[in-house]
Amino acid sequence: MDTAMPYVLLSAILFALGVMGVLIRRNALMIFMSIELMLNSANLALVAFARQWGQLDGQMFVFFIMTVAAAEVAVGLALIVTIFRARRSTNVDDLAQLKG
Amino acid sequence: MSPDLLLFLIIALVAVAAALGMLFSRSALYAALFLIMNFGAVAVLYLLLNAPFLAVVQVSVYAGAIMVLFLFVIMLLGAERLGRDPEPATMRWQRPLAIVLAVVLIVQAVYVFAARAGAAPAVAEAVDAGPLNIGKTLINSYLLPFEVIAIVLLAAMIGAVVLTRDK
Amino acid sequence: MNQLLFISPILFPLLGVLINATLGKRMSEKAIGWLASLLVVASFGVSLILFAQLGGAPEDERLTWGAISLGIPWIQAGALSVPFGFLIDPLSATMMLVVTGVGALIHIYSIGYMHGDPRFARFFVYLNLFVASMLVLVMADSFLLMFVGWELVGLCSYLLIGFWFTNIKNAEAGRKAFVVNRIGDVAFILGILLTFVTFGALTFADVFAGVARRGESVQAAVAAITLLLFIGATGKSAQIPLHVWLPDAMAGPTPVSALIHAATMVTAGIYMMARTHVMFEAAPSTQAVVALVGALTALVAGYTALTQFDIKRVLAYSTISQLGFMVAAAGLGAYVAGMFHLVTHAFFKALLFLAAGSVIHAMEHHGHHHHPADPQDMRNMGGLRAKLPLTFVVFLIGGLALAGVPPLAGFFSKDEIVLDALKHNLPVFVLLTISAIFTAFYVGRQLVMVFFGQPRSDMARHAQESPAIMTAPLVVLAALTVLGGALNLPGVGALGYWLSPAVGEFKTHPLDVGLAGLFTLIALGGLAAGWLVYRHAFTTPDLTDPLSRLGPLYALSKNAWYLDALYQAVVVKGFYTLSSFLASVLDLGGIDGIVNGVGRLARGVAGWLGRAQAGFVRAYGVLMLIGVVALVTYFLIVGANAR
Repeated sequence: MDTAMPYVLLSAILFALGVMGVLIRRNALMIFMSIELMLNSANLALVAFARQWGQLDGQMFVFFIMTVAAAEVAVGLALIVTIFRARRSTNVDDLAQLKG
Repeated sequence: MSPDLLLFLIIALVAVAAALGMLFSRSALYAALFLIMNFGAVAVLYLLLNAPFLAVVQVSVYAGAIMVLFLFVIMLLGAERLGRDPEPATMRWQRPLAIVLAVVLIVQAVYVFAARAGAAPAVAEAVDAGPLNIGKTLINSYLLPFEVIAIVLLAAMIGAVVLTRDK
Repeated sequence: MNQLLFISPILFPLLGVLINATLGKRMSEKAIGWLASLLVVASFGVSLILFAQLGGAPEDERLTWGAISLGIPWIQAGALSVPFGFLIDPLSATMMLVVTGVGALIHIYSIGYMHGDPRFARFFVYLNLFVASMLVLVMADSFLLMFVGWELVGLCSYLLIGFWFTNIKNAEAGRKAFVVNRIGDVAFILGILLTFVTFGALTFADVFAGVARRGESVQAAVAAITLLLFIGATGKSAQIPLHVWLPDAMAGPTPVSALIHAATMVTAGIYMMARTHVMFEAAPSTQAVVALVGALTALVAGYTALTQFDIKRVLAYSTISQLGFMVAAAGLGAYVAGMFHLVTHAFFKALLFLAAGSVIHAMEHHGHHHHPADPQDMRNMGGLRAKLPLTFVVFLIGGLALAGVPPLAGFFSKDEIVLDALKHNLPVFVLLTISAIFTAFYVGRQLVMVFFGQPRSDMARHAQESPAIMTAPLVVLAALTVLGGALNLPGVGALGYWLSPAVGEFKTHPLDVGLAGLFTLIALGGLAAGWLVYRHAFTTPDLTDPLSRLGPLYALSKNAWYLDALYQAVVVKGFYTLSSFLASVLDLGGIDGIVNGVGRLARGVAGWLGRAQAGFVRAYGVLMLIGVVALVTYFLIVGANAR
């Protein structure tokens, strides 16, 4: 294969699926997993571009994104656990206090 | 069809299937397992893209550590028994609209790909992406981000502890 | 060091402001009053030293000897560059002596007059601030710095007129003075701006050099500038038609009336015209206007003073009238005569006001304790000659000087003005002569009503002479009033030669015996007429004025030519009508309508959009996605077109 474009296409498809997941699921955990899927698809695109141009920088970005993702998951899950404790629910529709 | 492309197609298929499985599975537990499968497939793609270090990190950190954390929380909260999302009382239009828009997004991506595939530049010479080279780059060009990300991790750790602490 | 000496006349009173404003509440009345007074005395002392030094300088260097630049560029903006500088020349040195000298006497007098006032410290803060401001005005070397002083004295005047602001009438008088002055100030600042536009400079020296150099080419501009400056002067020096604030300004404590509304602040306009005489002389048309306005003011105000009953109001209209004399002198180009009258008038009018203050003080403080009658109404006085002998003597001296009886100061200075008028401008001469007749008459009337006859009220019956701290300044001023004429005796002309470097050529002339005789006759005749008409007019306070038999003429005088009523009807009413139109139609309907409309629109849109803010994350998410898809579509289309 002489281009990295198929990887980018796959990345876009996975990203769109992640978006769909965020929007059609109402369980906070499911939404969170969909976000992870989106992050992962972005990583894939970065690695594909790194391969395309023969540079390491894309891979370094992915390295940092993974680290940030780990931090984000730790805090995000902590939030979900706290909210669950308070409301006995992980349904985001129950969290509508920001109603305008 | 080159073996490379064939291998890519098979793995890409696995990744998309796993993503779809995650999207539509009723149980959060199954969803997490599907996501692990997707991450594994992407890790293989990393290998194909000359990123062996990231492939290993993907498996150990993402598919391993992070998803274990997910599974742990799912079981802790009993979310595996939640089953299907309840039918929403309001905004019934939201779900179909989201699906349509996501599909539009995919179609647009495919269109761009199809329109520009021929014009795509050829890949460059592969560089050495072994752990040694990665490490050198990390503490030479990326020293400051490296230090900063360490602080971010520390902050996240403290944050997680503070958030879940019982008062 | 030298520079500090030069500006220390300003700094001394400012120091008083600082100390009394910060520590005044903890100091005794004596400490406050004497501190403020002694600082002004010190200021007077320094002025005297500077005056002497200036006199020691060669005559042709006196204009530049006292030009002090502090080396600080004050305003630097584009072509505008105004240095921070002062100028002590014969003219400003003379004014400094008048301001600080008369000012110091009035400060000392105030210690007695304001005794027991709850805002004693504040009064002296204002007085000191006034002296400092007036000194800034006279010592300024540029139009702009002069304007600063000009505005500052306006502010002090406002603060002091409304000093007893708990009575709404006093506060209103202060406001009236402020607003009327502001009209003049607008013209003044327009004149300054036009000066800058025309000459590109604001320091007096540069502007005058510009006038001399460019001569004919700037004649129209100079005429406009001088006219605007003169309108400014009509505000501050209470000339027609902006004189209406001065009689009301009598609401302030009497020392204020003496200091500000007789001796110093109101002379600012005359001083300013003398200072800028180069420009006025280059604009003959303006000069004609100035002379006529001054003479008319002298007549109109003198006529009004004939029938007033308030002891201070008579003096207020008399001040306007005398200011008219000075303005007329300036208009005739007789700046020396104008300045001479300014100085002597400062002496005898301060004397008259302070003596009137002494009368009022005596009526208020030693009379009946709950007096419903007005202690300033001359109908309630009478026979005070016996009760207040010293006050009577000094008032008599001041009154005779005002009437122009030789050899008192007022005679010589008035004589010089009318002599100039006779030589150059007959209508002005006629107006001034009639005004002089009125002056002598109302002085006689006032003397009779206040001091002769029998006391007509309990207050008058129980009046007692004022304390020494009040009478001592009176005696000093009386002495100055007697001797003031020596400043510029006909045929000698010391003041004239002294001032001439600053205000132009001067040549003294011997006493015109015919004219002097005529005016002596007028003075004595007027006094006698006042005496005869009013000698038996008021045996009780409720009788009518004998002049009321003149009918409409009396009413015209009594109501000050109905000018206040006219302004009320035309300006104030018109202003209210315009305001209420603007408020109700334009503001409520137009501007508020727009504002409220915008508000309603925003609320309506918000109510509609608010439904989108359902609080559901997935709603926000789908909106975001719509945006993303729209953006991608847009870029695809643009990209396709670009290719």
